[in-house]
Amino acid sequence: MAEIVLDNVTKRYPDGALAVDKFSMDIADGEFVILVGPSGCGKSTTLNMIAGLEDITEGELRIAGRVVNNKSPKDRDIAMVFQSYALYPHMTVRQNMGFALKLAKTPQATIDEKVNEAARILDLTQHLDRRPANLSGGQRQRVAMGRAIVRDPAVFLMDEPLSNLDAKLRVQTRTEVSRLQRRLGTTMVYVTHDQTEAMTLGDRLAVMRTGLLQQIGSPHELYESPLNLFVAGFIGSPAMNFMAGTLAEGSLQTAIGNLPLTPALRQALERANVGRQVIVGIRPENFEDASLVKPELRGHGVTFHATIEVVESMGSDVFVYFTQESGLSAGVDQLADLAEDSGKADTGASDETVTARLDAATQIREGENAELWADVRTMHVFDPKSGQNLSLETETGTPAAAAT
Amino acid sequence: MTASTDTVTSDQTAKPGKRKAPLSEGARAERRLGWILCAPAVIVMIAVTAYPVGYAIYLSLERYNLELPQAVKFIGFSNYAAVLSSPYWWQALKVTLIITVFSVAISLVLGMLLALLMHRTLFGRGTVRTAALIPYGIVTVAAAYGWQYAWTPGQGYLSAAFNNSAPLTSEVKAIAVIILAEIWKTTPFMGLLLLAGLSLVSEDLQKAAKVDGATAWQRFTKITLPLMKPAILVALLFRTLDSFRIFDNIYILTDGANGTGSVSILGYDNLFNALNLGIGSAISILIFICVAIIAFVFIRLFGTAAPGTDIGKR
Amino acid sequence: MAAVTTTPRQKAGWGTANFVVIALAMIPVLWLASLSFKTPAAVLDPSLIPSQWTLGNYSQILKTSQFIRPLINSIGIGLIATLIAVLFASMAAYAVARLRFPGKGVLIGMSLLIAMFPAIALVTPMFNIERSLGLFNTWPGLIIPYVAFGLPLGIYTLSAFFREIPWELEKAAKVDGATPFQAFTKVIAPLAAPGMVTTAILVFMFCWNEFLFAISFTSTIASRTAPASIAYFSGSSQFTVPTGPIAAAAVVITIPIIIFVVFFQRRIVAGLTSGAVKG
Repeated sequence: MAEIVLDNVTKRYPDGALAVDKFSMDIADGEFVILVGPSGCGKSTTLNMIAGLEDITEGELRIAGRVVNNKSPKDRDIAMVFQSYALYPHMTVRQNMGFALKLAKTPQATIDEKVNEAARILDLTQHLDRRPANLSGGQRQRVAMGRAIVRDPAVFLMDEPLSNLDAKLRVQTRTEVSRLQRRLGTTMVYVTHDQTEAMTLGDRLAVMRTGLLQQIGSPHELYESPLNLFVAGFIGSPAMNFMAGTLAEGSLQTAIGNLPLTPALRQALERANVGRQVIVGIRPENFEDASLVKPELRGHGVTFHATIEVVESMGSDVFVYFTQESGLSAGVDQLADLAEDSGKADTGASDETVTARLDAATQIREGENAELWADVRTMHVFDPKSGQNLSLETETGTPAAAAT
Repeated sequence: MTASTDTVTSDQTAKPGKRKAPLSEGARAERRLGWILCAPAVIVMIAVTAYPVGYAIYLSLERYNLELPQAVKFIGFSNYAAVLSSPYWWQALKVTLIITVFSVAISLVLGMLLALLMHRTLFGRGTVRTAALIPYGIVTVAAAYGWQYAWTPGQGYLSAAFNNSAPLTSEVKAIAVIILAEIWKTTPFMGLLLLAGLSLVSEDLQKAAKVDGATAWQRFTKITLPLMKPAILVALLFRTLDSFRIFDNIYILTDGANGTGSVSILGYDNLFNALNLGIGSAISILIFICVAIIAFVFIRLFGTAAPGTDIGKR
Repeated sequence: MAAVTTTPRQKAGWGTANFVVIALAMIPVLWLASLSFKTPAAVLDPSLIPSQWTLGNYSQILKTSQFIRPLINSIGIGLIATLIAVLFASMAAYAVARLRFPGKGVLIGMSLLIAMFPAIALVTPMFNIERSLGLFNTWPGLIIPYVAFGLPLGIYTLSAFFREIPWELEKAAKVDGATPFQAFTKVIAPLAAPGMVTTAILVFMFCWNEFLFAISFTSTIASRTAPASIAYFSGSSQFTVPTGPIAAAAVVITIPIIIFVVFFQRRIVAGLTSGAVKG
């Protein structure tokens, strides 16, 4: 059991490329922390540095109070699950799981006991004498987990351990991982690019982009109070809608109408002194079919008309898509990153498509010019230059769990 | 090919000297292990090639006849002058080049046919491959005796089939027989290398070209051949350099009689029949230079497809 | 395969092509075999099938140490050189494929150079070096150059095999507490065993086949290998060519090759092509 401290950990390759820039984070003993971000953001490099598989260029890494920058992986008391599982194909499941203990010259009786125990937990007992090649994907994944468990390490490191499973199994195994971590109580650092996985699994999430830590916080904090455009757009599915806004006479002019500003928000924006142009972010669930909004709520938002292009009924909810002149200028790099990560850049989907999640009772049809309502109490306002979330300061107290 | 980003990354970190932070214990151990693991191979290779080549350069500048060990004397480039002004050297070089060009060109065409056959044949693929490996694997000397007897009048089936001719006694015909023996021996290797190149051309591309209306010949010349270019060039380079050092077949078939000796035969004769180390070494160095020129020309043609560049990147 | 429908004509066409290839590959070998079974009198008969069969040629060569001793030399030198070359090559190939260290490019360049090296260029200087070191006409005198020329082949083939082994396996071994050496011996080497066998076969075939060094660096049957010894066969009198015994000896040294080819066809093909095409 151990806490991990990353103190300005930096990875710079000899060609000058900066993979991870001054990453600082304290991970408490027994905590389940997720490193999440689009590919190339430096999350795997960070994990490899914790594991000792890559050198740390600058900064300090402490595990259980000990500086381990120059320790080899075997001296760090860690176990790791790899994306490809990295099961030794020439060993049986039993030998795979016992390999680390054998290298550590653990007595055979102890090895057997620990392997059997891990196999029991993971429901692998009947497969112990088979080779990895003869196992299904899910079983292999469990063997990889088992190999980590038997070590009884201070820290578990997981590098996208579920990404090779099909969608259904991934959801199941996700729950298993979560249950296992609670049961063992071991500190766990888990890397994924999948924000849903990150939200459902972690105690705390560290969102990364281009080698920089963006924000650390609980899933709830990241969702409710994203520090910047990138986090706001990355966390949450479907993603937050962004549109340009112009500050004018106590309200925000946007493509969906004039959004009223609460006094607190107005003050915050004035304090920030960012000029008149801002970016407004509204989550899909903050829209509603105007006809279904209770009269007493209507005043908290604005109603507007939009021609609905696509309606997707999910049973519990209905998603509708419409196009609005978003007015966002290109060149906001955080938005560009988000578009790339979501695949929007590849599919050619427009930035101007707005997604709204409506109550299942809605009668809106495709092609209809429907009346929609947007809740402005939960909207976010961002500085287009820095991407900073300007609306956070309206909340009572300090911005929650700001990254240092 | 498994060019993953991982390996690229690891190679970047491999560059020494530019690193600011001290090497971690792991990286130092890895570096040390790399050197230790390579050391035996490097030592043997240097001992057997680099050192003797250096020594040969030295010997080639001396008058050194084994029959006259007292008369060893430094004479500069006289040995080279002697070799380069001798008709024997130019005759041997001509024969070597003729054998190389013909045997490589013909075995390339036949090898391509063999590769296509092994790639496309509907049945018996394993049998064909096994049969093709026999000429590749057979001891050259053993095969050469087979050819020698086959072309001996009154004894061999091939001679009998060609009116009891005795090709090994005339220069041109003997060279033709040598080329034939080389082609028989090396076509399978060519075929296997080309087959590997062929299997890198995906079936889907062939199907796409078919849908686009390409005939079988167009598919071969416009899709298959361009994609196989790296494999063809590698096969050609290996075969050309291999052919240039031809020795075994000529030694058995004619022993260089009637002007059929290759440069390797000439070098051997100078050492073991004339016992002239100085001249023999000069010939060695000249052959080495020829090979270097051939390799250089090929590598210029290759560009980035040169063998080894791929490994180097990792 | 693209051809889903096979007409009998196609089948016949491929069959004919296959047959032609097999015949072209086999007839020269079968001719040699038939010569070896011919009596001295019938040796002058150009037919492919001996009219009279005899094992006399075989008993003649297997009776004298003139062939038996070189055969033993060939096996011994070949095995020892193969063992050393595969050991050294797998060490170097692992380093090339996996480790980060300066000087890697030099090693690759050097082995490429040696793979293309004209052996004759070494014969003259090596002859003199071996004489002065007392290696001339000894087993080590052949083993050392064979190892050197087997190494490039081995390094290329094996590094291709090593590269097929997933990189993450080694990371896993490191995290599991293995030192780089343990990662090599316990995880990589067992997985690379098929590659090593393949490489060993290729290197042994090279040693078995080698002729120029074998006649240059030996002077008696103390170290002369089988192919070289055949060139020194003499007839019963000065003017008779010992065709039958030579053919028999050629067949004997061909047998191991046929065995390798038949049993390890797949591996030989994989080994030959992996090094050349992917390397």
